[in-house]
Amino acid sequence: MTEQRVSLTLDSTLETVDSAEQAANRIATEAGFGDDEIMQISMAVREAAVNAVLHGNAYDPEKKVKLEFENNGKELVITIRDQGKGLDPAKIPDPLAPENLLKTSGRGIFLIRSFMDEVQIQPSHTGTEIKLIKHVPGTSGAGKEASQ
Amino acid sequence: MSMKTSTRQVDGVTIVDCSGRITLGEGSVVLRDAVRDLLSKGQKKILLNLGEVTYIDSSGIGELVSAFTTVRNQGGELKLLNLTKKVHDLLQITKLYTVFDVKDDETAAIKAFK
Repeated sequence: MTEQRVSLTLDSTLETVDSAEQAANRIATEAGFGDDEIMQISMAVREAAVNAVLHGNAYDPEKKVKLEFENNGKELVITIRDQGKGLDPAKIPDPLAPENLLKTSGRGIFLIRSFMDEVQIQPSHTGTEIKLIKHVPGTSGAGKEASQ
Repeated sequence: MSMKTSTRQVDGVTIVDCSGRITLGEGSVVLRDAVRDLLSKGQKKILLNLGEVTYIDSSGIGELVSAFTTVRNQGGELKLLNLTKKVHDLLQITKLYTVFDVKDDETAAIKAFK
């Protein structure tokens, strides 16, 4: 497995969301993930990019989204940073709660957590950093999906 | 591939054949406009055929929920037809599968409308 690192700095636009998803799809494919995992990774990245562009940077043309992919052979680590006010994970409502089931938004972080092996959210007053980790197939950390 | 819809009428039910991606932006707007257009014409029995929908994100899921509640609030019914595995799995993990009336046979789905 060749170690790989890719960094992208993107505008706060809807095109960024598509670009992030496409980059995730390509890098996950190159890392050897299966079709289902590639879909999960690319969707998690898409949802994180949506949060960064909409809720973080609020489409502000002065603010950027930084996206970094690092495949160290054992894990694919994806970091997405925005320059918004900071997302407080404790304030995200549970989308599975009966009173929230018919809400039209609020499922992005839930889907990210469902699809990735580890998710770390670090808010600050200068923006939010979200780190998404998926264990590379064939390594000791892999197998979460197989056990489900 | 962007989202496309086409509609047809069968026994008083409007079937909306959807294809492409229901995602934040254009895809969600296309679906929203299609449902609003039908409601404005008094067509309140709506069957969304998602058999050709290749991808849906959380915004698309939200749009399906919005369509469902909007139609219901106007006294109509909205059902889903022909979910792909991806869409089925997403509705399962978000606990929406049992909220929507999901069908896999068009004739049976049409008969299920009141």
